Amino acid sequence: MIRFENIKLGYGSRTLLEGASATFERGTLTALLGRNGAGKSTLLRAIAALGKVESGVVRLCEDDIKTLDAEQIARRISFVTTDKVRIPNLMCRDVVALGRAPYTNWIGRMQEIDREIVTEALAAVGMSDFACKTMDSMSDGECQRVMIARALAQQTPIILLDEPTAFLDLPTRHEVCSLLRRLAHEEGKTILFSTHDLDIAISQCDMAAIIDSPRLIYRPMAEVGEDVERIFGISK
Amino acid sequence: MKSRNTILFTLLAVAIVALFVVDLAIGSTAIPLSDVWAALTGGECDAATRDIVLKIRLIKAAMALLAGAALAVSGLQMQTLFRNPLAGPYVLGVSSGASLGVAMFLLGAPLLGIAASPSLQLLGTAGAAWVGSGLILMAIMVLSRRIKDIMVILILGMMVGSAIGAVVEILQYLSDENSLKSFVVWSMGSLGDVTASQLWVVIPTVLVGLTLAVALIKPLNLLLLGENYARTMGLNIVRSRRMLFTSTILLAGTVTAFCGPIGFVGLAVPHLARMVFAAADHRVLIPASMMTGAAVMLLCDIVSKMMTLPINTVTALVGIPIVIFVVIRNRSIV
Repeated sequence: MIRFENIKLGYGSRTLLEGASATFERGTLTALLGRNGAGKSTLLRAIAALGKVESGVVRLCEDDIKTLDAEQIARRISFVTTDKVRIPNLMCRDVVALGRAPYTNWIGRMQEIDREIVTEALAAVGMSDFACKTMDSMSDGECQRVMIARALAQQTPIILLDEPTAFLDLPTRHEVCSLLRRLAHEEGKTILFSTHDLDIAISQCDMAAIIDSPRLIYRPMAEVGEDVERIFGISK
Repeated sequence: MKSRNTILFTLLAVAIVALFVVDLAIGSTAIPLSDVWAALTGGECDAATRDIVLKIRLIKAAMALLAGAALAVSGLQMQTLFRNPLAGPYVLGVSSGASLGVAMFLLGAPLLGIAASPSLQLLGTAGAAWVGSGLILMAIMVLSRRIKDIMVILILGMMVGSAIGAVVEILQYLSDENSLKSFVVWSMGSLGDVTASQLWVVIPTVLVGLTLAVALIKPLNLLLLGENYARTMGLNIVRSRRMLFTSTILLAGTVTAFCGPIGFVGLAVPHLARMVFAAADHRVLIPASMMTGAAVMLLCDIVSKMMTLPINTVTALVGIPIVIFVVIRNRSIV
């Protein structure tokens, strides 16, 4: 669960959000929407403690994020960023295994249980056959799935994703989103992802969080039609 | 996979021992391997041979071993930290920074009228190199966070190197004959002038640097995915970066302080290790780079003695083809 209590968020000298409060419950899939530069990535980075909120409190599973250290945060949140990861000689299995970092010892030794979790994570995203392949020879969609498997191996109650469907073709976008939906509903995870893909967001997500600076609109997807039309300048 | 690595590590260990012994046998006077063995184990051989082996060549070979391991590991750390396959202490100007530090100390101290005792000179050279390389590393860190294009970073590194070269030349112009000579000899990059007392400074510092590198294996693996991912997987980035800098400064700075700037080992050896071991995991790459670096440096030392070339020339000839190969293969990297 993620909770915002009266947060103020800025980028440089610009205020993106002010007085925003919301509670993202477990088991829900939320789409984070907003125009370019509205602050979607900045907000996600602040939740993952890669950035800071200017005031207010971000709570992860009830704990104020400022009181948690890097490893405690890593056991609560996993984040799939927009960074491209293509490392020669590094197999998918090893990339996913890095997700076990918050649980392994100083040198990162994998126990039997860790290996099982990695295998399950790869299976959950349908990438078992790619375990021993390296990512420099894979497509964007396949890489995205491996990075999601890495987030699953981290076994966190919260998963954040920054534009997970960018660069993917239409069928793959649907597959990735229904995968996220399944994870939220079946495993009770709190999943929040930013996207520009309104159609997919509307058809797959439970909740919408729309940045309408300096306001944050947070409502069930079925009730945000008018706001979406106004903010994105579309009429149905 | 595991057994293949075991075989490779064993082969490397054997190669290092063999190269080490050959390095002791080769020089201005060739000494038969049996005599080298006798001198090392305290067996029977004449006093002159024993002196050459133990007091000159052993120090030099030990220095080659340590320098190779140190430069290779510092290069590997920089490549992972900056996510730049062409990073290395020499290319990015860390060795130049150390040179500037040493130049300021060797040329500047006499200018200011400070006469140094031998032991002060020893620690001053090392300290000056650490400060110089540390400053350059911090500058690269700041630049590489703002500039994502690795080619720009490389060009800036070269520019910094040239600028430092110019400053060093001004210092040389202003200096007297004695201090100039000691600096020029240093800057040619040589394992030959290393003294036993210098070696006693190098051994502990390099060992501390290498121990830190081993402690950094997990952070380095996480940093493969970039700083953002590493932090969301629980990496304490401030502490890890501080440890990485300390390790790199101790390794690259110390070697540069006592052997002069030695090029391309730090850049090329990690790639050699990656290719041979087909690995990206630092649990393999750190020991692999250490051992490959030691072997390559011993080999370079043997070649440099056989052809009486400066060590710098040999490492460049060995390293540059590997670097060119990496550049061509990775045209579109990152």
